[in-house]
Amino acid sequence: MSGLSSSYSVFPLGDSAITIDLGNCIDEYLNVKSIAIQDWLVARPFPGRLDIVAAYSSVTVFYDPAGMVLAGIAGPGEAYAWLEGLLRKAFEEAGPLPDTLEGGRIVEIPVCYAGEYAPDLEKVAAQKGMPPEELVGLHTAGLYRVYMIGFLPGFPYLGRLHGRLEIPRKPQPEAVRAGGVGIAGMQTGIYPLDSPGGWWVIGRTPVKLFDADAEAPALLRAGDQVRFRTISPVDFREISFANSSANL
Amino acid sequence: MAFSIIKPGLLDTIQDLGRHGFGNIGVNPGGAMDVYAAQVANLLVGNDQHEAVIEIHFPGPQILFEQNTLIAITGANFSPTINDEEIPRWQPVVVRKNTVLHFPSLVQGGRCYLSVHGGYCLKKWLNSYSTNLKAGAGGFAGLALKKGDELPFNENTIYFAGLLKNESNFETLPWRVNTEKIYQYPHEIGFLPGREWECLSPSSKNALLENNFLIHPSSDRMGYQLKGSPLALERSVELVSSAVSFGTVQLLPSGQLIVLMADHQTTGGYPRIAHVVTAHLPKLAQLRPSDTIQFKLMDPILAEQLLLSRQKELHILQRSCMDHLNEMVC
Repeated sequence: MSGLSSSYSVFPLGDSAITIDLGNCIDEYLNVKSIAIQDWLVARPFPGRLDIVAAYSSVTVFYDPAGMVLAGIAGPGEAYAWLEGLLRKAFEEAGPLPDTLEGGRIVEIPVCYAGEYAPDLEKVAAQKGMPPEELVGLHTAGLYRVYMIGFLPGFPYLGRLHGRLEIPRKPQPEAVRAGGVGIAGMQTGIYPLDSPGGWWVIGRTPVKLFDADAEAPALLRAGDQVRFRTISPVDFREISFANSSANL
Repeated sequence: MAFSIIKPGLLDTIQDLGRHGFGNIGVNPGGAMDVYAAQVANLLVGNDQHEAVIEIHFPGPQILFEQNTLIAITGANFSPTINDEEIPRWQPVVVRKNTVLHFPSLVQGGRCYLSVHGGYCLKKWLNSYSTNLKAGAGGFAGLALKKGDELPFNENTIYFAGLLKNESNFETLPWRVNTEKIYQYPHEIGFLPGREWECLSPSSKNALLENNFLIHPSSDRMGYQLKGSPLALERSVELVSSAVSFGTVQLLPSGQLIVLMADHQTTGGYPRIAHVVTAHLPKLAQLRPSDTIQFKLMDPILAEQLLLSRQKELHILQRSCMDHLNEMVC
């Protein structure tokens, strides 16, 4: 396990969930390992298992302790210890770590960085002392990893942002339209639904990040790579129109 | 085979025991805030505990029954009536066709649950009936119930008209549930220490154990904002986002606490001070804004025992309700 010592920790998240934390940081290798642990666990169902959620550098298993005891998986008072053993085994067996981080699916997201579609672009550009075009150039130059999906259905946490775009969150959340592309800290993300949000919205995509009616509702999953491509407001409206017609 | 909403309540949504298994695409479990009350509502009328129920907040809706129906109402006491006659809670009731269910006054509690025998005939979304208002999916058209909505029931085989006496608008069936143990000491909420519990300053730990916390009016199905003496960490912690759960108690930068409830986000990055024990979430779900909470440190073994004994009692309840129902109709 190159670069990964056995310095992980396992701890309870209340009486019905358990977390394995690989290091509490935004790190590609730890994220790859987290997703490997998640996949290892998904492939090994047990009675009473409710959910498995991988995040930046952790994996959490949600379970029903009473269900586990009644199914005979663990004796009374032993469900947590049983799961701790499972997570330690997952850490040992999941992986191994890839030599390179390439190979994930690359998804291209068209984004309009203009006018009403980019409510915060000029403010952020002014704050960063660069023309908006340069900011857009830096944002579209990156190839971003989807570290995790969270916050909202289908919301991808993407990293890492170019150092020159790093910016603290807004002091107060504001209304964001579905498709809004935001930046905050060293991260960028896409709001799949209309929502209050604290990230600076520098563009908007007409692509649906979350479609409740689709067989796979979330467009992106952890481990994907995302590249942004600039489109014009006319393109935005054409793609939106095509999307809504396709649903008729 | 239906009932219709004559007048919607503040927030009436279809819920079940939650949508589990989709946290990795950011879809929260949702589900009933008071899972116990939802389970019992179903069992009383002979349903599986996973059937859909309606979660009702006060002021509640007015509902017209378009057929004779076996119902149960559990959870909060909003003094339910059928054609202005009070009906019991936590007990199965046969209601006559063309009567109206109404919830005229708030006596106690946060939300009540309405089940119908056979269950509501709805399509599941991602394995669950629960309404996800944010995604506009699940439940009844992904929305809270509104005026004119007609909720169809699943086909059932029991002939309820025979159970209704002449002239009466409803008939109470003679079995009920003793819920005293689940809801006793309603303000005492058991917790297990969270990962960052040890980062609290000693005086803040004491404050959490000794003081009362007020449930702020902005509390909802996503979370209960608490108001109390501000708590402080001994050393600051920076956390990257990770999974959170129903009952996770986070410390906000303001020093105030928030308890994550059924519609919580899947992930969060605030310090996890504590977790409400799962067996006490029904009590918490029945507290209202301006109610107070006293946190009680609990042993994890006891927390699990409470869940296990509750689950065993629900199994017994299920069997006896089925037996009673079968006797009634044979």
